[in-house]
Amino acid sequence: MTSSDIELGTEPVSRRVRIRTADAPAPAPSPDRNGAPTAINRPAVFDVRDVSVFYGPKQALAPFSMKIYRNMVTALIGPSGCGKTTFLRSLNRMNDKIPGFGIQGDVLYHGHDIYGDGVNRVEVRRRIGMVFQKPNPFPKSIYDNIAWAPRNLGMKEALDERVERALHDAALWDEVKDRLDNPALGLSGGQQQRLCIARAIAVEPDVLLLDEPASALDPISTLSIEELMHELKPRYTLVIVTHNMQQAARVADRTAFFSLDENRVGTLIEYDETETMFMRPSDPRTRDYVTGRFG
Amino acid sequence: MSALSGLDPDAAEPERTSGVPDPTAPLTATGNLRRRLAVSRVLEIAAVAAAVLAVGVFFFVVYAVAERGLGAISFHFLTSDPNLVDVGAGGIAPAIVGSAIIVALATAIAMPLGVLIALFLIEYAGNSTGRVVRLVLDLMNGLPTVVVAFMVYGLIVLGTKTESGYAASIALAIIMLPLIARSSHQVLLLVPGSLREAADALGVSRWRTVVGVILPSALGGIVTATILAAARAAGESAPLIILDSLVIGEVVHINPLHGLAAMPLTVFNYLETGTPAAVSQAWGTALVLMALILAANVGARVFLARNRSRLGL
Repeated sequence: MTSSDIELGTEPVSRRVRIRTADAPAPAPSPDRNGAPTAINRPAVFDVRDVSVFYGPKQALAPFSMKIYRNMVTALIGPSGCGKTTFLRSLNRMNDKIPGFGIQGDVLYHGHDIYGDGVNRVEVRRRIGMVFQKPNPFPKSIYDNIAWAPRNLGMKEALDERVERALHDAALWDEVKDRLDNPALGLSGGQQQRLCIARAIAVEPDVLLLDEPASALDPISTLSIEELMHELKPRYTLVIVTHNMQQAARVADRTAFFSLDENRVGTLIEYDETETMFMRPSDPRTRDYVTGRFG
Repeated sequence: MSALSGLDPDAAEPERTSGVPDPTAPLTATGNLRRRLAVSRVLEIAAVAAAVLAVGVFFFVVYAVAERGLGAISFHFLTSDPNLVDVGAGGIAPAIVGSAIIVALATAIAMPLGVLIALFLIEYAGNSTGRVVRLVLDLMNGLPTVVVAFMVYGLIVLGTKTESGYAASIALAIIMLPLIARSSHQVLLLVPGSLREAADALGVSRWRTVVGVILPSALGGIVTATILAAARAAGESAPLIILDSLVIGEVVHINPLHGLAAMPLTVFNYLETGTPAAVSQAWGTALVLMALILAANVGARVFLARNRSRLGL
């Protein structure tokens, strides 16, 4: 077997089996054990106040408030249809084009209302990037996938270095450095998703939203995406929607649990530090969900 | 307990609805199945025959033109001016050059407009507007070319008092426009929405997304559609006869403000002349025209395939 055969896999073996230990600081113990949302001594990137979402006449999310903190991974979990992806996409106005979409309340981003007057949604997305459920690289070369947005945004200086840094940060550089001119669609699924992450961070956003980024990937690629999130945390604020509770437990500092109320409207049930959510949830619905006794 | 315990062997045979076969009968065709099989067979044969007929007609035309035209074709035929005295000794260089210029000009007009219309349909038009524009394009596609040519005659030739290559180009552009717009629209529809979302999420403005991601992804299909439309336009004769036929075409001209010789015109004129030498020249010209159009078609398909593999689609 030649070395190129090995490279067709997602990652060198040594990386695949690396197990994350204490390299990420455990969240500080919550001073308040009674389940009230813990006050956090960190700047909030998003301050969501009494937000509710509608699709036409149908309410998708009942009013709720939550803060999303800087340089943390915040996970949104919950059953299908509970509105967690809707909420995630509301954070950078990706829902705007959906017919009938309506939002009430304030989504404050560093104090500015995302849906306020004079807010340009292109500018919003330039600061709040997104990675989607299915890898969606452009039908361009690997290099051009990363370089396209910086070029269009006027970040033309030292473009090669920017591309290399983004690919490094997405833990993809070693696998693709010799074939940057190859089509991105020739990469494996896991590589494509890391390419999409590299593409998103190449424009140096402030926040990265990830909508079930690993759900279309095999377990090994999933692990590498999860490791990646830990490595990105010091520089970005990450919000991830996931169906996979173990994933939330592994990657997230804070976790929000959404569910459906009796009228089948999405509702924020509980939001706290991940450890608290999984070990000592205050709401029985959270406990049922995280222990797999949902329903 | 046996699985058969529910069956009473002495029970009377249940009444069967007519058409429901006895389950114990041999498994040969029963009831009207024979008739249904026959109908099915007839339809199958008819469908195959229709396909064979289409292929056959195509090869018959190609063969007939090739058989009669090959004799006229030579390097001299392709590169010389027509000989007005000894028709058989002349060539069709002015017609080849003229056709190329007329079609190139028509393509230069129709392609950008057609692609812009397709972009309008896909990116900007609402549902009802889009439906109206698509309907108009389909109606435009059905316009008789002679009517298009007549309209251009009224607008341009009557105004300038002269027939010209560019008048023909405009008529051909009108004929090509709906073809390019509709096929480009179809190709753009195939660009996955996830690519638009990806580009949106990077904070890149809409038209840059269109130019940088949407169009390149659809480029192969758009170019193919354009080549096919140009190939169709190259063979159109009514617009040329109406708008660009007052030419002798004895030497190569390249100025589209004047009349230009063109291959369909040459075929038409030589056939009208009717002498054996002229008819032979007409067959030769027809063969050249047909070969060029076939080559363009094949070239378009090869381009499309290569483009797809380059993008990794």
